[in-house]
Amino acid sequence: MQALTFNQKMGRFIVNWIFLMLLWIMFTSTFAAQELIVGGLLTMLISFLSIRLFTCCDLSLLSPVKIFWMIYYFGVFLVALIQANLDVARRVIAPSLPINPGVVKFKTKLKTNYSKMVLANSITLTPGTLTIDVVGDTFYIHWIDVKTTDPEKAFTEIAESFEKVLLKIF
Amino acid sequence: MSIMEIIAGILIIIGSIFLFLGALGIYRMPDIYNRLQAGTKATTLGAMSLILGVGFLEPTWMLKSLVLIIFIAYSNPISSHALARATYRRGHYPLILSDDKENMDAYQEVVPHEKEKEEKI
Repeated sequence: MQALTFNQKMGRFIVNWIFLMLLWIMFTSTFAAQELIVGGLLTMLISFLSIRLFTCCDLSLLSPVKIFWMIYYFGVFLVALIQANLDVARRVIAPSLPINPGVVKFKTKLKTNYSKMVLANSITLTPGTLTIDVVGDTFYIHWIDVKTTDPEKAFTEIAESFEKVLLKIF
Repeated sequence: MSIMEIIAGILIIIGSIFLFLGALGIYRMPDIYNRLQAGTKATTLGAMSLILGVGFLEPTWMLKSLVLIIFIAYSNPISSHALARATYRRGHYPLILSDDKENMDAYQEVVPHEKEKEEKI
């Protein structure tokens, strides 16, 4: 791992601090002064100690454009999740059990580990697909109803709608 | 009955239905990968909707239930990936129904199949 510049460290520290503080406020569900002070100090300590661990993002994550795409991604994801559930329901209820399982692979253009993890998680929760493994930039997907074994076509079918949004965020 | 309670009831019923369908999927599907498919998706949306319903029923818990939903959406797919990967490396390979058996399992280029293990299942 290359050494981090002071600016990178500072950016990560502040982003971690903001997210942990939001989490603290959501858990305690209060704005009482003593809670906020204790939470602020604790989250500061944690985010200081974990600068090297939470490597996902720096301050540019909080720009309005990226926040807009994050909300958009959440919408895309929610629609896919509901579709996935209806799809599972359909397959489970149908007496003939319409499945044609297999494992396909495709390559992604995403670079950072964190964005690959988000893409892999999203793929698992979308209709009929389950991420088995990510090796480098290749995703291995168990597909409950294989339509194509060609990596390019599988990519368009499974991951394109997510990846083009993720490329704008990360 | 207030409007919040009605929304909560609807969400909890939807959640229970999806959890039931997930359980049915785990029972009906032929091998572990398909079971994981049914299990993961249905339990994620089912649990999310159930917890959101509890949040509507008890408005002071709303923020806490939102945190729980985020954690479920984050951790559920990771656990199913870990299960699927460990199963494959242990030597239980996916069931393939179509005739093109060679091309349908792309993961064997990473983890080559071992014959004796395959026969033992």
